Amino acid sequence: MRIKIKGLQRYLFFALTLLGLCALILFQPAVGRKAWDVTLYSLKEMLLVIPPIFVLLGLLDVWVPRQKMIRFMGAGSGLRGILLAYFLGAAAAGPLYAAFPIVGVFMKKGVSFRNILIFIGAWSTLKIPMFLFELSSLGVRFALTRLLLNIPGILLMSLILFSLLPAAEVQALYAKAEEMDE
Amino acid sequence: MIFAYVIYAITIILLVFSAIRDWQKTKKALLKAWKAFENILPQFLGIIVLAGIMLALLNPQLISQIIGRQSGWVGVAGAALVGSVTLIPGFIAFPLAALLLQNGAGVSQIGAFISSLMMVGVVTLPVEIRFLGRKVALFRNLLAFAFSFLVALVIGLVCA
Repeated sequence: MRIKIKGLQRYLFFALTLLGLCALILFQPAVGRKAWDVTLYSLKEMLLVIPPIFVLLGLLDVWVPRQKMIRFMGAGSGLRGILLAYFLGAAAAGPLYAAFPIVGVFMKKGVSFRNILIFIGAWSTLKIPMFLFELSSLGVRFALTRLLLNIPGILLMSLILFSLLPAAEVQALYAKAEEMDE
Repeated sequence: MIFAYVIYAITIILLVFSAIRDWQKTKKALLKAWKAFENILPQFLGIIVLAGIMLALLNPQLISQIIGRQSGWVGVAGAALVGSVTLIPGFIAFPLAALLLQNGAGVSQIGAFISSLMMVGVVTLPVEIRFLGRKVALFRNLLAFAFSFLVALVIGLVCA
C-alpha cells in the first residue's frame, strides 16, 4: 500500500526525462525530432511486447503452485532447473528491464537464486529472435561466436555471483519479494 | 516481430484455458498482472524517454572514430562503456552496429559494444536494484562489463 502513498512522486523521473526531451526539441530541433521518433518507436515496442509478459506473470503467480515451481527450478532442481532457466530466458521477448518483475514472482515461487541469475543472463543476451536478427545484421561468424561464448559465460557468471552472495542476503531478497505486491 | 505474436498467441490460449477452468482465479491473475505493470510503469516510461534522448545524441561517424580498428583496448573499453550506458532496442542496435562497422569501427570493439549493450544496464540499474538488491545488481553488471572484454578478444580472433 505504500505504493499509493508515494503516488505522483513515482513519476518524477519520467517527468524529468520528458522535460529534457522538450528542451531538446526546443533548442536542438533536429536532435529533438530524432529523440522523439526513437521514444515513440520504443514506446510502441513496449506496448506491443510487454503486456503479455505481465499477463503470463499473473497466470504463473495464480496457477503454478510453489511446490511445483520449487521442484522444477528450486534449489534441488539440478540440471533440469538450469536448462529450464536458460530456455525461459531465451524464449522471452522484450527488453531486459521487463525481466525483473518476473524475477520477483520467481522468488515468491521458490526458484533458486542461481537459476534466477541464469534466467536473467539468458534473457539479456540469448533471446532467440535477437539471435536471428544479429545473424542477419552482423553475419554468421559474429553471431555464432557470441552465442557460443554466451552459453557458458552466463552459467559461469551466475555461479560466481551466486558464490559471492551470503545465503542470508539471498534470503533477505526473497523476503522482500514476498511483500512486494501486496 | 513474429515472435511477439507467438507470445501473444500463447498468452491468449493460456488465458482462455484459465478462464474456463476458474474465472475467479483468472480475474486475480489479471489484477496481479495489472498491478505489477502499473507498479513498474513510471520507471519504464522514464527509461524509454531517456533512451530516446541518448540514441538521438549518438552520432555514428563520431562513434566509429572512437572505436575504430586501430583503437585497440582503449577503443574496446570505450565501446563497452557506450554499450553499458545506452539502452537501444535490439531491432535498432544490430543495424546500428552494422552501420558502425561500415563506418570504420573495429569488429572487436563492436563485439564489446553489443555484448555490454545487451547485458549491462546502467540506466535500468534502479529497477534491477529494486528486485535484486544493490549488491547483486552492481556485481552482475560489473561481471557482464568484464565479460564484454572477453567477447571482444574472441570476436577479434575469430572475425578479424
